[in-house]
Amino acid sequence: MATTAVRAEQRALTMGRSQWLGIAFLMAGLLTFILFGRGLEAGLRTKFGLNPGFGSQAISIPDLILPTQSTIYTLVVIMLLLGVLQLVRGFRFGDALLGVVAFCFVFAFLTWAARGKSFSLVGMLSSSLVRATPIALAALCGVMCERSGVVNIAIEGIMLMSAQAAVVVATVTKNLYMGLAAAILTGAIVSAFHAVMAVSFKVNQIISATAINIFATGATSFISARFLEKNVNLLNNSGTFRVIPIPILSKIPLLGPIFFENGLIVYLMLLIVVFIHILLFYTPWGLRVRAVGEHPRAADTLGINVYLVRYVSVILGGVIAGIGGAYFTIGSVGRFDEIMTAGKGFIGLAAMIFGKWTPFGAFASSILFGFADSLQIKLQILRVPIPSEFLLMAPYIVTMIVLTGVVGRAIPPAADGEPYEK
Amino acid sequence: MNEEKVGAESTPAQAQEKQVVTEARRRRRFLIPSAWQTLLLPILAVFTGLLIGAIVIVITDATVVATYRNFFRAPGTALAATWRCIATAYGALLYGSLGSPREIYEGLKIYQSTGDNALFLRAIWPITESLVAATPYIFGGVAVALGFRCGLFNIGAEGQIGIGALAAAWVGYSITNLPALIHLPLAILAGALGGAIWAAIPGYLKAKTGAHEVVNTIMMNWISFRLSDWLLNGPMKAPGYRPVTPNIEPTAALPRLFPPPIRFNAGFFLALIVAGLVYWFLFKTTLGFEIRTVGANPDAARYAGMSIARNIILAMLLSGALAGLAGTSQVLGVDHWVGQGFTAGYGFDSIAIALLGKSHPWGVVLAALLFGTLRSGATRMQSLAGIPIDIISIIQGLVIVFIAAPAIIRWLYRIRVERAEEVVLARGWGK
Repeated sequence: MATTAVRAEQRALTMGRSQWLGIAFLMAGLLTFILFGRGLEAGLRTKFGLNPGFGSQAISIPDLILPTQSTIYTLVVIMLLLGVLQLVRGFRFGDALLGVVAFCFVFAFLTWAARGKSFSLVGMLSSSLVRATPIALAALCGVMCERSGVVNIAIEGIMLMSAQAAVVVATVTKNLYMGLAAAILTGAIVSAFHAVMAVSFKVNQIISATAINIFATGATSFISARFLEKNVNLLNNSGTFRVIPIPILSKIPLLGPIFFENGLIVYLMLLIVVFIHILLFYTPWGLRVRAVGEHPRAADTLGINVYLVRYVSVILGGVIAGIGGAYFTIGSVGRFDEIMTAGKGFIGLAAMIFGKWTPFGAFASSILFGFADSLQIKLQILRVPIPSEFLLMAPYIVTMIVLTGVVGRAIPPAADGEPYEK
Repeated sequence: MNEEKVGAESTPAQAQEKQVVTEARRRRRFLIPSAWQTLLLPILAVFTGLLIGAIVIVITDATVVATYRNFFRAPGTALAATWRCIATAYGALLYGSLGSPREIYEGLKIYQSTGDNALFLRAIWPITESLVAATPYIFGGVAVALGFRCGLFNIGAEGQIGIGALAAAWVGYSITNLPALIHLPLAILAGALGGAIWAAIPGYLKAKTGAHEVVNTIMMNWISFRLSDWLLNGPMKAPGYRPVTPNIEPTAALPRLFPPPIRFNAGFFLALIVAGLVYWFLFKTTLGFEIRTVGANPDAARYAGMSIARNIILAMLLSGALAGLAGTSQVLGVDHWVGQGFTAGYGFDSIAIALLGKSHPWGVVLAALLFGTLRSGATRMQSLAGIPIDIISIIQGLVIVFIAAPAIIRWLYRIRVERAEEVVLARGWGK
């Protein structure tokens, strides 16, 4: 009797999540039908633009024109079918299906929002990547620091200071690359300060980082008020990196305009994703970093210099965050405004957790945030009757849902946030 | 060991041990009194912060820097210019935050002889403004401190303050024809409840799923910003083009103690009472003890049969309610309406204040008074000496650094501190 009960309980535990997913899929399908499917006039069409605007090098391809009603119905059917299948069969790995359902939901929403109009899909995806860039760089900085066991919520402050350094140096020297170098240097120095506090002085890492954030807000606003506002043309007018199409690759339809027609910092971000992945998982140094983040004492016993590894990781993270800071000024608008990072550093941290402390995961989640960001702007243009504030809320709500473990549990490095006492 | 001790009634070893003990006792007696010692590090931290702030003011002042070009020809000019710069800035800061005692005295004299209080009110205006600025800081600081005591890092005070303010304002303007005796407490309660709900969500998620409160409270901050944007442009918008709420009814306002130009109100005393209540709750009640135990050592707490989940939710709920009160006191006592960007850094300042106050309600009150005076004095410094108010954030950041890393201060001033109270302030993501 007892064993059956235990077994039943175990089954209930393993089945729980999978069944919930199934119900969630069904709900999503029904919701899609109720919100977007009902009351559509027949014969409406949605045009998805697959070509970027003028001046792009991509080979043009025909746009995607879909009948609105039947497309949405098809998507609803797919979602309901997946929901039923999930309930009956109970796939253990619902994550992929969840992705499919989420995609169906968003696609149905877009089809509905752009009914009777045209909507530039490529334009939106391309701006998603651009908007994801600072988030991704913040997330990668987080990955680098936390893999070595140092929590760094100072990314926001680091990016803010780097952004200012970049624009001032770039304006004074009239050289954007000098600006980028200044941003990197600033990022490294501020991050090194965090490392000194967290690693050597063993200060609580969140407090040290909070201090950096407050200091950065004050210092950049102070400098802004004291110098930049009075001498805009001398100090705060740098211009931005131009879009560099990559020769042959930018001609690919769809992918070309999204990935291969960007400014320098977007390319740098893409390279850094790959670089950090290789560094962490395919080099002896990366193995050391991960060992230090998981079990510093064991690493120390094996002769790894825990402090050195942490210092290097945190400073490297600062370099990446510095590039992220440069994006805000010399990468996008060419001038510095107070508190212009607007929480992107924190969203980057959420993206890092969402991406389970891996470079590619962090990158993918950053894209999701970037997508939500650019979607919100596109929908305002389409005049969708949903207040833009709620659309802006969506990424934060998604982050919270993700953090609570709906999409599997994210496990941080074991020694994350703990100072190492030798 | 034992044998040695038994037979060593008068051996040199025993005598030596005795001597060491008395020596230690004597030394302890001659050490600085413990209250002073607890205050020493924060005072030095603030002092050092102000000192570095002064350096920043000087090196960013073009005219002073210019005098240093011919420092070797006329060092006196350069030093005098430096001194004048610092004196102007910090003089304005002091005058703007506390006023001048002479003016207050003279104003009082005129009031007593002629009954004309105009001069007196103008003289005490700066000091009342400091107390007005300190009021939300006391609530916010105590809110974050209470979280710290439970090992929770409530970065969401910002959002909780905003939601609390909106809830209080809503009750304040939407209900009419209610006696103040009911309306005011109702509005205060609504504010506390708003903040509590806003904090309870991440608290619940932390307790039940382990989702880290730092990220979740930050997310709740952003959600609250967007929500208040929407509310202020939609359902809660006052007639007119500005995105602000209507003014609250007079029955919901916290009573003011002086005639109009002075905004000092009963909120300050409410803050002191609440700080006292939090002290009593944390250190004199079983629930408070449980919260502190969970904060100090969750494993021990679990072993002792305390529910960690329940304490986390409770601490977060209370912390949110206190943060909500910070917004409430500001709306009901000072502004009487809520506008966009209302919270503007209160939440982050509260973190600084909780740290500076060592997570103790009385410490927080002192720290809040300090930051209140700095904040209100800085406004005057900006208008009189042309120094951006953001210098305060720089000083604040530095103070946190020095408080968090006392080793720096000890090294700077060559202090040996024998005893250090350790409060667990926050942990990493997972634990």
